[in-house]
Amino acid sequence: MAVTDLGLMTVPLAIFAGAIRVSTPFLFVSLGECLTEKSGRINLGLEGTLVFGAMSGYATAYATGWPWLGVLVAGLAGSVFGMIHGIICKLPKVNDVAIGIAMMMFGTGIAFFLGKPFIQPQAPHLPAIDFGFWTSIPQLRVALEINPLFFVGIAVAIAMWWAFKNTRAGLIIRMTGDSAATAKAMGYSVDLVRFLATTAGGFLAGVGGSFLSLYYPGAWNEGLSSGQGLMAVALVIFSRWNPLACFGAALLFGGAGAIGPALQSIGISQGYYFYNAAPYILTLLIMIASVSPKRSLRGAPGELSITK
Amino acid sequence: MSETTPLPAVGIETVGMTKVFGSLRALEDVSVKVRPGSFHALLGENGAGKSTLVKCIMGFYQPTRGSLIVDGSEQVVRNPRDAMRLKLGMVYQHFTLVPSLTAAENLVISRPDCPNVIDWANEIAGIGAFFDKMPFKVPLRVPVSSLSAGEKQKLEILKQLYLDRRFLILDEPTSVLTPDEADEILGMLKGMTAAGELTILMITHKFREVNAYCDEVSVLRRGRFVGGGHVAETSTQSMAHMMIGDTKLRERSARLKAGDDKTVLELAALYAVDDEGLPAIESIDLKVHAGEIVGIAGVSGNGQSELVEVLSGQRELEDGRIFIRGQPFEPTRQHMDRFKVFGLPEEPLKNATAPRLSVAENMALRSFDKPPISKNGWWLSPGPMRDIARDLIERYRVKTPSPDTPIENLSGGNVQRAVLARELSGEVEVLIVANPCFGLDFASVAEIRSQIIEQRNAGAAVLLVSEDLDEILELADRVAVMSEGRITYVSPIGDTNRATIGHAMAGGH
Repeated sequence: MAVTDLGLMTVPLAIFAGAIRVSTPFLFVSLGECLTEKSGRINLGLEGTLVFGAMSGYATAYATGWPWLGVLVAGLAGSVFGMIHGIICKLPKVNDVAIGIAMMMFGTGIAFFLGKPFIQPQAPHLPAIDFGFWTSIPQLRVALEINPLFFVGIAVAIAMWWAFKNTRAGLIIRMTGDSAATAKAMGYSVDLVRFLATTAGGFLAGVGGSFLSLYYPGAWNEGLSSGQGLMAVALVIFSRWNPLACFGAALLFGGAGAIGPALQSIGISQGYYFYNAAPYILTLLIMIASVSPKRSLRGAPGELSITK
Repeated sequence: MSETTPLPAVGIETVGMTKVFGSLRALEDVSVKVRPGSFHALLGENGAGKSTLVKCIMGFYQPTRGSLIVDGSEQVVRNPRDAMRLKLGMVYQHFTLVPSLTAAENLVISRPDCPNVIDWANEIAGIGAFFDKMPFKVPLRVPVSSLSAGEKQKLEILKQLYLDRRFLILDEPTSVLTPDEADEILGMLKGMTAAGELTILMITHKFREVNAYCDEVSVLRRGRFVGGGHVAETSTQSMAHMMIGDTKLRERSARLKAGDDKTVLELAALYAVDDEGLPAIESIDLKVHAGEIVGIAGVSGNGQSELVEVLSGQRELEDGRIFIRGQPFEPTRQHMDRFKVFGLPEEPLKNATAPRLSVAENMALRSFDKPPISKNGWWLSPGPMRDIARDLIERYRVKTPSPDTPIENLSGGNVQRAVLARELSGEVEVLIVANPCFGLDFASVAEIRSQIIEQRNAGAAVLLVSEDLDEILELADRVAVMSEGRITYVSPIGDTNRATIGHAMAGGH
């Protein structure tokens, strides 16, 4: 295969490919956070869930040789973290934000502790789907190798968006998130709904973590997440608690995260670290733009402790 | 739900209902009979036991003694679910709709047999068919948060009917409605009761509504049933007497002719936004003269609370100026002190006090940085603070165990009196009052209204924001109506009437 020089086209292509790669964990964590917050609870511990999911998924794939089993185990481990958060928050006078921060520390800490033996060995990766079979331009072929979890994430986003409108479970979650008193008056257990939503949200975040270690960057180490689980919280606010908008916002964050490597690929390495900080700067700008002391957040679930 | 056949209304009777909470007898041997198909009023002051009674009926409380008879047979209602089964329903004073859900979603999710996957085409058709049989409708597909208060109230009632409840308790159903909306809704419900489809037990304090719509009335006082009967045979005076007993109400202070006509408070083109960043008040122009009460009428949520917040410095002014005696006024502590601006906000415990500070400290919130409490501006002397508080407690008859009691331990009326004492004991140029009598008993209401009139007679410019039109008709010299953030109507009180003001209140909707 002849190497074709694409010139400046390399940059948008690299950003496109990077956006898909980088956005996938954002997408899963933000969908998990969206589900949890829709039920009226905020789980800041998803950063810890993400890291622990990455470690447990990698360890499973290494031990069994099946990367998809790693994804499942990461999701189940995430559910356990969600359950712990849910159970503790059921106790009286417990603040979900504080518990979330504690769970974040706990999750990353225990992942580092248990994950030490897995930093060196090489686990099998998730396969990519090759959409570039029709082209002979190698850069395009690489860019069109898309990970299957990306499509799973889109499917989950659409399913959640549909379910919030069209299923009993979706309406109950929204009701619990917006008016706990009403949900209680109708005989639903607010604690149970939130517990289940937090557990399911933890599952999604765990799956997002497994993507980090099993696809991109594709290895387990302690600096793997670099705050993506926390940025997902900002992303949910930015997307106004709408799963479809979460997808768009995840792509935007992914694209921002891909700017640095894309520019480096055409030889611009000046300001590399600055461009790598793009997602963090984006988070900051979004928070400034969307949060104002004079206004409350439109579209926010009424029971959320940060908006009350 | 599409084949709802009109079932006969359900009637209930309580027999010797008694509820004791610890040492408090909230309800004592109350027997009330509500015939099927009747429109029954339940009257009583705050704390008379009305809500305890209906909560016992609805299964929120278990009565200590006594029983409930539904359609002729004795029933035990252990929880709201049992009440539901007996077709008993309740519309609460505070809305129980989920704001972010649409009306259709609210209706469908409230159904016990809500399907797991909702076929919206089918459900909307079903609700449409149900609405066709109802006297009023609401938009189905927009979030409830964007409905007007009247539409929300209608939807609450429709929800109960959609769930096939045939005995409805309405708790102060018209407090958030314009007079026209209240008449519309109550008139339609009256039609349904007359047709035998529904029985209504309405908690209210508006005698006008009792006289216009109710067939029968029961009055509670201090947990006991003190009288009742057919509304047609009961005069308003006797109902009022049953409610308050022999309590002496303070004589209303006479209204003196206003002396000087000088403008004191002038609002010039005020603009402010609400918490969502949307315009809350727009182009508010208003003058209040010395010795005048200007009443601002309107349905709640039309910008009145934002206006009060702007004037009391709790909300930023986007545009416009405020003048007092021709001088620019900023709602800062310094200016309020210099221009003698005082306020009685609604829900005083929340808006005008620090609940856990003592009565004395709360009474000193305006003066703690001045002599005699503070000689140099930063060192407080508790002695003078307590002396001043003792004097105020005596003069304003605040019932408190001591000046050092946290103010949150006082009853609502006494919190309002304590705030009144703080705000009105000095010289007052401008007084901003918002719903001052909300939730208070008759004696406190009479006291507070007299105090407001006295301030007016002493030459203060009073701006009175109230959702209670009767209060405005009674107190104001001029009335201004707010609708959708604007003042849409201004008139001297002598040249207008309830109907005209009511139409102006409905204005935008």
